[in-house]
Amino acid sequence: MESSSNGTFHLRRTRRKRIGMILAGVLFLATILGIVVLVTLLVDVAMQSRAWLDMQFLNSLPSRFADQAGIKPALYGSLWLMGLTALISVPLGVASAVYLEEYARDGWFLQLIQINIANLAGVPSVVYGILGLALFVRFAALGQSLLAGALTLSLLILPIIIISTQEALRSLPTGLRESAYALGATRWQVIWSHVLPNAAPGIFTGVILALSRAIGETAPLILIGALTFVPFLPQSAMDQFTALPIQIFNWTARPQDEFRGLAAAAIVVLMILLFAMNLSAILLRDYFERQTAGE
Amino acid sequence: MSTESPPTSTAPESAAAEDRATARPADDLTQQVYDSPKELAIKYALGACALVSVFTTLGIAAVLVIESIPFFQEVALTEFFGSAEWTPQFSEKHFGIWALLSGTILVTVISAVVALPIGLASAIYISEYAADGVRRVLKPGLELLAGVPTVVYGYFALTFVTPLLQAVVPGLGVYNALSAGIVVGIMIVPMVASLSEDALQAVPDSLSGAAYALGATKFETVLRVNVPAAFSGIMASFILAVSRAIGETMIVTLAAGASPKMTLDPTQSIQTMTAFIVQVSKGDTPQGTIVYQSIFAVGLVLFLITLAMNIFATRITQRYQEKY
Repeated sequence: MESSSNGTFHLRRTRRKRIGMILAGVLFLATILGIVVLVTLLVDVAMQSRAWLDMQFLNSLPSRFADQAGIKPALYGSLWLMGLTALISVPLGVASAVYLEEYARDGWFLQLIQINIANLAGVPSVVYGILGLALFVRFAALGQSLLAGALTLSLLILPIIIISTQEALRSLPTGLRESAYALGATRWQVIWSHVLPNAAPGIFTGVILALSRAIGETAPLILIGALTFVPFLPQSAMDQFTALPIQIFNWTARPQDEFRGLAAAAIVVLMILLFAMNLSAILLRDYFERQTAGE
Repeated sequence: MSTESPPTSTAPESAAAEDRATARPADDLTQQVYDSPKELAIKYALGACALVSVFTTLGIAAVLVIESIPFFQEVALTEFFGSAEWTPQFSEKHFGIWALLSGTILVTVISAVVALPIGLASAIYISEYAADGVRRVLKPGLELLAGVPTVVYGYFALTFVTPLLQAVVPGLGVYNALSAGIVVGIMIVPMVASLSEDALQAVPDSLSGAAYALGATKFETVLRVNVPAAFSGIMASFILAVSRAIGETMIVTLAAGASPKMTLDPTQSIQTMTAFIVQVSKGDTPQGTIVYQSIFAVGLVLFLITLAMNIFATRITQRYQEKY
């Protein structure tokens, strides 16, 4: 099929190269489209929030009147939720991952758990909300409390923590474990003194990313009934609560422009919180990496 | 939960076969140190934690099935799966899942049309073209896009994308499937991009090297060699992303409306399965009513669909994965 003439070959080659360059340009445009949308979203939200975002907004209770409304209970609720969720999900997730990586023997049972965890990561968050409603709110009679919310969110992010911790454990060199065994350490001593400290950067990064997923979740909290009007700060894990995403949803769903502005202001607060968490994950990883490199 | 014996115990055991007298202290060592009550307790405690994930799945399945039984005692399966009328708020109630399912399908198709080409293009660009410096900007950018909470996307769809579309599409209502579908698509782009990129990265360089040696240009190599070689991984990323779109809740609740109907018109207001579940649970629907019970039946359908897609995606990667 190819022409035997050298001239034609060069001609077609130039054309083919040009087509390739153009299509590569198209690929590039498609790629930066995502970034463009992200920037548009952030700029739009920042513009909309300008008139509303001030100290009074951070310090006030929610209100029917837009100019008096604030996010104090929502902010406290989100921080409570994050703390409780971390307390429940981190030990559980890391322990699961340690068992699966360091103890469990290869076989059908491990396979089953592994497939199960991968599938759980794909279950829609609203389904976790249904589980939380039936299991924690009603069956365990925790009501619409912070604890019920935190337990629901913990189950939601558990697969993420397990998977990222497993990856962190797997990336460690086997020599690390063998050297500790060679000195007569027991299995748990090896894990506690060698495996976990060295896997810490990876584990921390995964945990922070999982928690930032939890703090932005809305649907499960609506399902467990956190959409009620809460004009007070939570005092204990058994208190009713509201959270930032819930407040954002509430204000966005109202038709008045003032409340849209409030929603934008609450989004700015939530996004700042999320960026701070992501940044600390990156810094933490850097810090640990430099420490291990320095040893 | 079978025990793996401690690595050090193999040598003493083979020694035990030769000389029982010297083996005894080693056995004691194994029993007292490696299999000491403390070590065993730790092992079983960790194992119990690992079982939580299994019980989560069982819990989800049990809750959805048990709580939908009362619903299906009142609503015949033939009506549930055979009708396209969903009117739980009316005095004459109809529960035909197709009204909600078609809403979900409409939004999902729109999101797939947006996300699959853009996601795949991003994956190809980042994996095959981008210089290191560009990659270092693009990848975190996409990760940030993936980290935006869905309620924020919902706000964006309702207050930014819909007005923008209304300028282009005449007569577009405040709530419509188009705006929600586009934004759900944007939400799943990072997922398609990162999973497809992993698949493309796994293709060995020797394949593209061979294509270059035959005189192919860079773009021809990428399109005819790298992408087909990573096909199973790319398909899996598509399926997982679509499954995510089906389960997406806040964007469709805020931007797609609350009118369950069977339509293919993307400018219409519709309701998805997920949006219906939220609508019922945010209202004051009393427990024990048929409307309240219906969220479990809808949840069960949603769970089964996404589960089937996730299992299918895993199957594809396992079965059709090229081993290099």
